Amino acid sequence: MLVSILGIPIFTILLMLQLAIVSRLPLLQGTADLLMLFVIGWALHERVKQAWQWAGVAGILVSLVSATPFFAPLIAFLMITAIARLLQRQVWQTPILAMLLMTFIGTILYHGITYFALFFNGTALPIQESISLVTLPSTLLNLILALPVFVLVNDLAHWFYPVEVI
Amino acid sequence: MKTTGSGFWQTTTLLLVGVGLVLFALSGYLSPLVGSILSPLVNIQEWLATRYMAVYEFITVPRDVATLRARNQQLEQEVTSLQAQIIELQQQLREAQVLYALLDFARSNPQGGQYVAAAVIGKDPNPFLKYVFIDRGSDDGLRRGMPVITNQGLVGQIDAVTATAARVRLITDPSSIVNVRIEPHRSEAQLVGSVTGDLTVEMVSQEAPLAPGDLVLTSGLGGTFPADLLIGQVISVRKQSNELFQSAAVQPVVDFSTLQAVLVITNFRPVDFTPLIPTTVP
Repeated sequence: MLVSILGIPIFTILLMLQLAIVSRLPLLQGTADLLMLFVIGWALHERVKQAWQWAGVAGILVSLVSATPFFAPLIAFLMITAIARLLQRQVWQTPILAMLLMTFIGTILYHGITYFALFFNGTALPIQESISLVTLPSTLLNLILALPVFVLVNDLAHWFYPVEVI
Repeated sequence: MKTTGSGFWQTTTLLLVGVGLVLFALSGYLSPLVGSILSPLVNIQEWLATRYMAVYEFITVPRDVATLRARNQQLEQEVTSLQAQIIELQQQLREAQVLYALLDFARSNPQGGQYVAAAVIGKDPNPFLKYVFIDRGSDDGLRRGMPVITNQGLVGQIDAVTATAARVRLITDPSSIVNVRIEPHRSEAQLVGSVTGDLTVEMVSQEAPLAPGDLVLTSGLGGTFPADLLIGQVISVRKQSNELFQSAAVQPVVDFSTLQAVLVITNFRPVDFTPLIPTTVP
């Protein structure tokens, strides 16, 4: 329970960093997504038990702040967590590979959900430009950031769930 | 006699050799020879001078190395502190310049608008959307729909407000549509944003003499923005005879990538047409 509550200040700080810094460092039109990477890293960690709660906190925070319609970030983060948990059970022996794979899948999924949410909200984006100028650069930036975030999340998970020595 | 003659020839020979050497030297024929002789000498001289200076410095340097080290450390700290101050002051100067420009604009604006200055504190985390966050909210009199400008031109419109912050939809957002007027021929058109942040004027009549360099201003139609706010300049025109309208790419006057401070026009309220929209009667 305490760990779930701690997700709120952690994701609030991450959201502030995202809004003030990360979103202002674009590659073409794409930007990295610190919160999504953190959600992926947290969901992939074998000891973590509050992955769903943290994904929910991150999704709600981003949905409240962002102009993305229909709480699309919340839906995207929950779906990403579901896939990450599934992947973690299958290939947990190679977590870094899983992190990179999930970063790729997560970015595509999040952007796809955003694309459809905007489409149903009345904003049809040109798909070719969206992929080449937004999604692919964002994927590259996310992949670059994935490793440091993975290390950070790993340390945080070890701090929250210390190994019990018998 | 014989000795005297021999001495004369010796002297003459030496003199001629000397004069010859001088002439050779003056004409530059001896330069390679002189160079090859002087080069090792210069090297030796340099080596000696360096060693001498090292020994001289060693002898004449103050003995209190600890004091010097402490003083050096203190000076390095002062330099670091001053450098930090310079960076901070440069930052403050940049902010002050932006605010002065906004203040000048507010003072010189003949429309007599009421403005609230705000700093841009963030950008929407979704890269598909062009929204920014400002540090003023409903506590400062901001309401949804209020136009946001800089001293250069139109920035966007307030989309959501909290007590202390607001979200601004930029005119470059893909969902943004602004009714505009193109000067000098006063053609009416619509300005739309895009996912790339580029601006385009659309729905321009085929008869309009649209040309690069034309100014794009808000028309005030629709009641969402006040009239005559500068937006940008036409840079290229797309006109095809088989289309109903022509369109053009617009270069905005505001640099949206480096937006730091904005003005919110607080005495302008967008017109709400909702009551006028006919509803289906059962």
